[in-house]
Amino acid sequence: MGAFMGYLNGLLFGLYPYLAGSVFLIGSLLRFDHGQYTWKTGSSQLLSKRQLRLGSNLFHIGILVIFFGHLVGLLTPHWVYAPFISAGAKQVVAIIVGGIAGVMCLAGGAILLHRRLTNPRVRASSRTADNLILALFVVQVTLGLLTIIPALGHLDGGVMLMLGSWAQSVVYFQGDAAAHLQGVGWIYKLHILVGLTIVLIFPFTRLVHVWSVPLGYFGRRYQIVRRRG
Amino acid sequence: MSHFIDRLKYLTRKPPEFAGGHGETRDETRQWEDGYRQRWQHDKVVRSTHGVNCTGSCSWKIYVKNGLVTWETQQTDYPRTRPDLPNHEPRGCPRGASYSWYLYSANRLKYPLVRKALVKLWREALAEHGDPVDAWASIVEDPARSAEYKRARGMGGFVRADWDEIQTLIAASNVYTAKQYGPDRVVGFSPIPAMSMVSYASGARYLSLIGGVCLSFYDWYCDLPPASPQTWGEQTDVPESADWYNSGYIIAWGSNVPQTRTPDAHFFTEVRYKGTKTVAITPDYAEVSKLCDEWLSPQQGTDAALAMAMGHVILKEFHLDKPSAYFTDYVRRYTDMPMLVELEAREDGSYAPGKQLRASDFAANLGQANNPQWKTLAWDETSDRLVVPRGSIGFRWGEDGHWNLEPVDADGNDVSLSLSLIERHDSVARVAFPYFGGIEREHFKHVAGNDVLYHNLPSKRLTLASGREVLAVTVFDLMCANYGIDRGLVGESEDDGATTYDQVRPYTPAWQEAITGVPAAQVTRLAREFADNADKTRGRSMIIVGAGMNHWYHMDMNYRGLINMLVMCGCVGQSGGGWSHYVGQEKLRPQTGWTPLAFGLDWQRPPRHMNGTSFFYNHSSQWRYEKLEIKELLSPLARPEDFKGSLIDFNVRAERMGWLPSAPQLDTNPLRLAAAAEADGKSTADYVVEQLKSGKLRFAAEDPDDPQNFPHNLFIWRSNLLGSSGKGHEYMLKYLLGTKHGIQGKNLGDTGATLPEEVVWRDEAPEGKVDLLVTLDFRMSTTCLYSDIVLPTATWYEKDDLNTSDMHPFIHPLTAATDPAWESRSDWEIYKGIAKAFSRVCVGHLGEETDLVTLPLQHDSPGELSQPDVLDWKRGECEPIPGKTMPNLIEVKRNYPDTYERFTSVGPLLDSLGNGGKGINWDTQSEVELLGRLNYVKPDGAAKGRPRIDTAIDAAEMILTLAPETNGQVAVKAWGALSKITGRDHTHLARPKQEEKIRFRDIVAQPRKIISSPTWSGLEDEHVSYNACYTNVHELIPWRTLSGRQQLYQDHAWMRAFGESLLVYRPPINTKAATSLKAPSSNGNPEIALNFLTPHQKWGIHSTYSDNLLMQTLSRGGPIVWLSEDDARSIGIEDNDWIELYNANGAIAARAVVSQRVKTGMVMMYHAQERIVNVPGSEITGTRGGIHNSVTRVCPKPTHMIGGYAQLAYGFNYYGTVGSNRDEFVIVRKMHNIDWLDGEGNDTVQEAVK
Repeated sequence: MGAFMGYLNGLLFGLYPYLAGSVFLIGSLLRFDHGQYTWKTGSSQLLSKRQLRLGSNLFHIGILVIFFGHLVGLLTPHWVYAPFISAGAKQVVAIIVGGIAGVMCLAGGAILLHRRLTNPRVRASSRTADNLILALFVVQVTLGLLTIIPALGHLDGGVMLMLGSWAQSVVYFQGDAAAHLQGVGWIYKLHILVGLTIVLIFPFTRLVHVWSVPLGYFGRRYQIVRRRG
Repeated sequence: MSHFIDRLKYLTRKPPEFAGGHGETRDETRQWEDGYRQRWQHDKVVRSTHGVNCTGSCSWKIYVKNGLVTWETQQTDYPRTRPDLPNHEPRGCPRGASYSWYLYSANRLKYPLVRKALVKLWREALAEHGDPVDAWASIVEDPARSAEYKRARGMGGFVRADWDEIQTLIAASNVYTAKQYGPDRVVGFSPIPAMSMVSYASGARYLSLIGGVCLSFYDWYCDLPPASPQTWGEQTDVPESADWYNSGYIIAWGSNVPQTRTPDAHFFTEVRYKGTKTVAITPDYAEVSKLCDEWLSPQQGTDAALAMAMGHVILKEFHLDKPSAYFTDYVRRYTDMPMLVELEAREDGSYAPGKQLRASDFAANLGQANNPQWKTLAWDETSDRLVVPRGSIGFRWGEDGHWNLEPVDADGNDVSLSLSLIERHDSVARVAFPYFGGIEREHFKHVAGNDVLYHNLPSKRLTLASGREVLAVTVFDLMCANYGIDRGLVGESEDDGATTYDQVRPYTPAWQEAITGVPAAQVTRLAREFADNADKTRGRSMIIVGAGMNHWYHMDMNYRGLINMLVMCGCVGQSGGGWSHYVGQEKLRPQTGWTPLAFGLDWQRPPRHMNGTSFFYNHSSQWRYEKLEIKELLSPLARPEDFKGSLIDFNVRAERMGWLPSAPQLDTNPLRLAAAAEADGKSTADYVVEQLKSGKLRFAAEDPDDPQNFPHNLFIWRSNLLGSSGKGHEYMLKYLLGTKHGIQGKNLGDTGATLPEEVVWRDEAPEGKVDLLVTLDFRMSTTCLYSDIVLPTATWYEKDDLNTSDMHPFIHPLTAATDPAWESRSDWEIYKGIAKAFSRVCVGHLGEETDLVTLPLQHDSPGELSQPDVLDWKRGECEPIPGKTMPNLIEVKRNYPDTYERFTSVGPLLDSLGNGGKGINWDTQSEVELLGRLNYVKPDGAAKGRPRIDTAIDAAEMILTLAPETNGQVAVKAWGALSKITGRDHTHLARPKQEEKIRFRDIVAQPRKIISSPTWSGLEDEHVSYNACYTNVHELIPWRTLSGRQQLYQDHAWMRAFGESLLVYRPPINTKAATSLKAPSSNGNPEIALNFLTPHQKWGIHSTYSDNLLMQTLSRGGPIVWLSEDDARSIGIEDNDWIELYNANGAIAARAVVSQRVKTGMVMMYHAQERIVNVPGSEITGTRGGIHNSVTRVCPKPTHMIGGYAQLAYGFNYYGTVGSNRDEFVIVRKMHNIDWLDGEGNDTVQEAVK
């Protein structure tokens, strides 16, 4: 690998994650404080319900499974689960669960994208960011599904561990994260890059609604009143 | 501080709980609520209204926030009128509530615009010539150059310009036109002053000062009901809507109250709680039907037949069989029914009703020295002799104190006028009446019969001064016969009248059923109910009527049908009763305060006025396509050889005889006549008479296609003439503007038809007669798109002005909530600027000039007694005598360089000539002096010492100070002036309010009730709601008619010749527009011919709001045409299909609304749906589909041209030809190609009809 490629590797997988993460956190914070009326899902259900029930449910169920799969799968250090499950077995579980969720997410995303671009009312009320983020998701989940093909060629979990190490290195500030990805296939890298880009543009899109999952509803009291003044 | 940090409360104390732990009280920020609070917060609220000719005249709160108008809500602070009367507030409708959308919309005009082709020519010419007037001449006198910008009209190409440059251009054009062709070639059109009086006055004052022409609008819109001046000598006077609440029985006849009188409709529903019965008579299932107990659906255009049948029942049951004491007394005192009519012998031994007998017909003029030929006669029952009752129009002029309705004769003896001669007749006369109900007319039903009906009437034999013996009958007996009632004077077979209702004879209920389709029994019952209620309540039966009835060619018959019913039942002039004709917002309450401002009467008199219908008929060459022939209109009793020529010929004769006005006036520049006369050693009037007589001088109307006679300059403001009211739209595009048009028919020359006699025919008619079309508007209307120059005016929320309506008794303002946005200016400031530019540019071209103005014989002036007989001087039947047998010829001195100084100050004529209106005049020096102190006086210049009118508020103060309605002292003076003429003291009507003076700031604070004035026939006081003719009935002030009473018999020679001296049913005319054109190539879809009706819409007021996004969202967002299910099915049209409507006049492309609401045989296209939205190209014309007026063309009616004859005399917007349009038929078919003519790839093809 030439010096330039090494530099590029470091830039994209060592520094870019922090750039994306910073924009993600600071951007979300600023938007929450300064754009309260823009903090919304931007639902188009009022304009047209067609295709929405199937598309939205498939998409959301799929993406939630994928999200938590990635979160747990990538950020849990190997020594934590090693006593219970081998890396190879974990990879198989990830391929099966992730594959099913990925297909759901892709189908849902495709339906939603089709609806967003062809339904005249929805199209007329769509912003560029709405179309872009949905398109990116479809691309990203497609890439994710494509990684299954090379993964089936090496079921030992080695690549998975390298990816996990990278992610943990980034998140736990262990330094030189990019080094973990040397030798990982380009398709994985592309998947990571698109993923980081989604994180980067997150605060500028309707994705901010993710922050506002109303978890408090599960434990709140029946009636909440506010003091006057 | 931060929404995020504020939420980090994990370490704070747990919030207190309640309800056993089911609830908790939190301390979270409530800042988010401010978002909702700020949504409705604002910096100020300003009072204004919408100047849109809706008659609503609702006061609104305009909200301003951060310097922008944000929204509006209804004002609720109208003064309470009386106990037991529901409040007026809230008044408003969704249209007004959407107005603020316009202010900052893309459609708002922001800068002065001029078409690029024109401004390029102008800049080049100005650089070449230096002098603006010479520069303008070099453009318009070069056919190639002028064609260049005229052809581009309506084709886009506007560029921004600056105010100075544009004002100079306009002024140069006006100066050149006045200098070269005459100031009467500068014409202005602006309608309905009541909706924004100062704005109207600004342009009218400018035009009047330079000698330009103001076109009338009320008649042109066909909102003027000629039946009103015919019957009452009054343009229009109606009850306010609150008076509906006083009624016991209301018929809404062709008036869609909730849709077109939205803010007033609550009175209509509220009165039903008192037990009042409401009846709707509309061909379609209009919205008003839902508010009524009964709905009648006569075939459209046959209402007169229905009204005659009702009149038949009322006359028979309540006047003959079992006379109502109240009705009998009422018609005896307040109508011409007792007046005597001479019978003219016919060749077959029968008689025809002739003129009403006059004092001059008898020996020694029956003792009458003053105007005996204008004093009508009746038979006194008490003394059993012929008497001259007071009140006829002869008493109005030339003597004082006898013009009133006291039941006495000229000498003061008590009289009781005989209604019928049946008890005291000398002989029974067989009298002939015209019958038009047998005319076969495609699409309409008829009842066959002889075209002359004979009835037997009781008559008196009288000996005239000439020694000739004549038979005389009363109008009452004539009416009974005319309504088809056989009085049984001779055998039943000898009379064409009916003895029972079920005989199918004119005009029984059974007869009308055959024509209108309404069951005879229902008509009989309703007529009985209507009259019975009026009998028991002393006249509290009312008919609400509107454009739906008045827009037919024979609207006078529809209207006189209703008026007769009301008069027979004593409803006119009684609270809760009468004729409630609601069309435009015509009630300019402070009218006499406004006229001096608007028409510059304080500097020069008279102004130039022109009746719009005749003007457009003539100058947009609609007469060149006339297919209606005089013989189709004449009575079978008339001699056709006496009435030769075509409609335009009759109009030209009317102008020559001084009946109708002219504009342009003579076929020469009127600024040159005085000099020519002087050179000839004659007075100007003598010179002009001589030249006219010799034929060297003619009226401009006799050769409208001569460039000398073109209306070279046209101003349009407060109007969308070309997108709304321009009947014969395509003719205007072709002939006035010289641009693309959709005319499909051929002109008279090309079809080889008979050509007019009085007008020069040129085979090649000129196109593009108007050199400069300037439009002032706040939005880009269709008219703006066709104009050469578009000036951005202030919206209704950005200017100061006054507003009144006939629907309520208040006067209230428009006020500027914000300054005019972008570079727009108020109309007042725009015309002030043009006046200033004119004063500058005219130097060296026009100085002090003597103008010769022709003025027709005016109603409410002694001129209305000019022509007892019809004599045409041009045909040698009499001498041309100005002011007698022809128009007045009046010299007016103008000072052109002083135009601006005069525009902005109150002139001296008010001091010397006083002020007044409607035939009365009062001194007004103290008001002028007051104005000088209110507005200050000019410190120097040509108008030094005169009161200033610098701002629109100054102008408003001038109106309010001079008008009796807003200045109690003037009201007392006005009533005093009238008292002198009637000999009865009326000043008690205003004395309690003598010290009341309403100023502009007063009405800004709250709408004010106006003060009663003799300008109007109703009262504004604590005891009665405003009701028309109230003072005639209760103060015994005569109606301004021949007999001084409600004139039911029209005895003018032309009225008799055209068969309308009495009420008749006449089927709609055949305009031949749908039958006379060469069939266009088929698009494969079937066609049907349908009657084209244009009622007023729900989602706009005229064309305004129809391009407003909010209103479009509520409707279908573009032009629509309503069809019945049956008609739609017959030609394969489904709801929302694109359809085309066409005839000889042009074509329309619109979407279809297929509805059960619509009656078979007609289409309804809501009038004035703006054409700038959603209109594809027409397959017929190849250009964009037209507006509703693209398929219309006006046909003037000869009887509306009559002048110099008592109530039948010209007044601006008062009498004259009207632009009817409902008789039109169109051919309807589904479109095939939907071509948007924009090359943007949105064109589609509609499936063919299977």
